Amino acid sequence: MKARVTITLKPGVLDPQGRAIHNALDGLGFTGVAGVRQGKVIELDLADGTSEAVIDDMARKLLANTVIENYRIELL
Amino acid sequence: MKAAVVVFPGSNCDRDLAVAIETITGTAPTMVWHRDTDLPDGLDLIALPGGFSYGDYLRSGAMSARSPVMQAVIAAAGQGRAVLGVCNGFQVLTEAGLLPGALMRNAGLDFVCRDVALTVANSQTMFTGRYDAGETIRIPVAHHDGNYVADAATLHRLEGEGRVVLRYAEPVNGSARDIAGIVNDQGNVLGLMPHPERLIEAEQGGTDGRRMFEALAAALG
Repeated sequence: MKARVTITLKPGVLDPQGRAIHNALDGLGFTGVAGVRQGKVIELDLADGTSEAVIDDMARKLLANTVIENYRIELL
Repeated sequence: MKAAVVVFPGSNCDRDLAVAIETITGTAPTMVWHRDTDLPDGLDLIALPGGFSYGDYLRSGAMSARSPVMQAVIAAAGQGRAVLGVCNGFQVLTEAGLLPGALMRNAGLDFVCRDVALTVANSQTMFTGRYDAGETIRIPVAHHDGNYVADAATLHRLEGEGRVVLRYAEPVNGSARDIAGIVNDQGNVLGLMPHPERLIEAEQGGTDGRRMFEALAAALG
């Protein structure tokens, strides 16, 4: 089984990389972009039957820094 | 003073830190590999060096903070042992939960590598007792992820408890409240982005870092 963990910065946390992307889009003439937030995706190839609770534990203990990041788990 | 320097895969300031400690205290620290599960007995100081442990993969300091030796470091910190984290060491301390907040990509997205002016915000710690409160010192930084972030309540608490120890006196990386270094609530764990170990001898361009190790030697014997 596979799971995908999507990690994004919490709302309100300044995202310098997202801001740089936003500026670059502006520079390319893409007007009307209200905001850009950059995150990361981690795909896990797991033993069948791994519970969502275990994946949640992985996300909290290592994959995301819950001081600044939110995460979302999808089973694929 | 009996000290140890923890070496993570990718640490590159471990020797500088060890030389600084030996120069000031006269005793060479024990180098401890991150896979070790025990620290030497009777340590006064545990130092986490700068560098790019695990290549900064995932997040700076994230993997190192979960390495076996950190359980022993966390336990020692809880017993009041002095812990000094420089640069990547600061990132490891926040990732390990020994210090609050997180260190994000510099606001300007540049890797900053130069001397910066710092203000000593708290000279009443075992790390800063040889500086004067409000004094401006110059110490080099070399980092990509030194932008200190914490929620408003945490920042308020850090300020109120005098736990902001060093502040940038000039724009460097976008850190909240210009924070360059903080201590934990017990005052025995310091994390800072600048590199005091790089300014021990006049030949290095200055000696402003020297007094941090002199203060530790005086406080810890």
